[in-house]
Amino acid sequence: MINDMLTYLGTGANWAGEGGIAARLAEHLWYSFLAVLAALVVAFPLGLFIGHTGRGKVVLVSLSNVLRALPSLGIMTLLVLLMGLGIFPPLVALILIAIPPILAGVYSGVANVDPLVVDSARAMGMKDSRLILQVELPLALPLMLGGLRGAILQVIATATIAAYVNLGGLGRYIFDGLALYDYGQVLVGAVLVTALALVVDGLMALLVKRFSPARSYLAT
Amino acid sequence: MKWLLANLEQVWELTIEHLYLSVIPIVVGLVLALVLGLVFGNRRRARTLITTVASAVFTVPSLALFVVMPTLLGTQILDPINVVIALSLYSASLLVRTVFDALDAVPADVLNSAEAMGYSPARRRLLVDLPLALAPLAAGTRVAVVTNVSLVSVGAVIGIGGLGQLFTSGYQRNYPDQIMAGIIMILLLALVLDRVVAVIGQLLTPWLSAKNAGDSASAVPRGAGAGLAATQATVDPSLGGNK
Repeated sequence: MINDMLTYLGTGANWAGEGGIAARLAEHLWYSFLAVLAALVVAFPLGLFIGHTGRGKVVLVSLSNVLRALPSLGIMTLLVLLMGLGIFPPLVALILIAIPPILAGVYSGVANVDPLVVDSARAMGMKDSRLILQVELPLALPLMLGGLRGAILQVIATATIAAYVNLGGLGRYIFDGLALYDYGQVLVGAVLVTALALVVDGLMALLVKRFSPARSYLAT
Repeated sequence: MKWLLANLEQVWELTIEHLYLSVIPIVVGLVLALVLGLVFGNRRRARTLITTVASAVFTVPSLALFVVMPTLLGTQILDPINVVIALSLYSASLLVRTVFDALDAVPADVLNSAEAMGYSPARRRLLVDLPLALAPLAAGTRVAVVTNVSLVSVGAVIGIGGLGQLFTSGYQRNYPDQIMAGIIMILLLALVLDRVVAVIGQLLTPWLSAKNAGDSASAVPRGAGAGLAATQATVDPSLGGNK
């Protein structure tokens, strides 16, 4: 099986063209990008509001817990039956799993800003908008990026299942391989998704490190 | 809902199966994480290695891990043991970091006092460090158990039992009601297990109950030191939801 996989990966023709590895990789990244972007649009303002005002914390915690337990496979299959095949059902499922980590990151980043710093900024005459933009957001950046990193990782992992409801992406290799009892191909899919997740997560880790307080505030 | 009520018996069987598949890995993972944490918590090199391996394991998408298991272990692709081992690895890698962090958070004064009272290092580790680390550990375990409940359902696409079967079978038969039943039961199961772990955590740390430490609503207080671990837990990328 491992030999089958290596042969498959080593054959140049498998990488190019429609349904080739490059195309599947692009599809996978495209779904993930759309989902994370949409989740950001929803979760960023919401997390900012809750973190800044301190209102709605209880709602946030219980909402995050429910979303965390929500099975993406169930959401995808249900929406496909209700709305038909297409990119929309898997996208909704991916957005739903990306929201909790982003929300938690933005919220806790803003809420954990030292109250003394916030008070000082107010005492200096900062209005809410300036306080948010120039004080709270920069200080919240490491935790926010941490949340984003978690969201991206989960979305890339879950986008694999989108192939179950007839979409593309790297999950295609896993499901097509399973259908044909071709475990070499299944392994191709598993290895490629894992590699993608490791690479993207590594890049995000560098980004988080770049903006972590130890470097940007204390070390200078 | 109608389908759920009409097929309670089948749903119950799947729920029990789902319960086993999500709870066994938690127990295995917890034991593994505790042993690794208690033994290597103070050895920097080993600790870095464990943390690195753990975060790499957690980066592997669950479906990929499920389908790779047969190749690594020589098991059949349909064997539930693949899912149990894969989820045990996830749970262990998620919890081992919680154990390290929790042990680090034990105040140095407490450790010095214990040493002054004549505790040997091993005894201190078990009788002082461990109990004080239980609260954050319970919080981490709650996240892990909810994550597992959701991950087990993914196993259905490769034929593993549990409530995820309601998704694949409902999808193939074009029957939304059946899928709804699966979603409802999974949410319920996650909710129940989350509460069970929270209550066990409270029972094990009676000295904290007065401060209402296990309650999820109070787990993220503004800037308070006690809630910091829980706050980070919700943000920590490794403590994710359903991959």
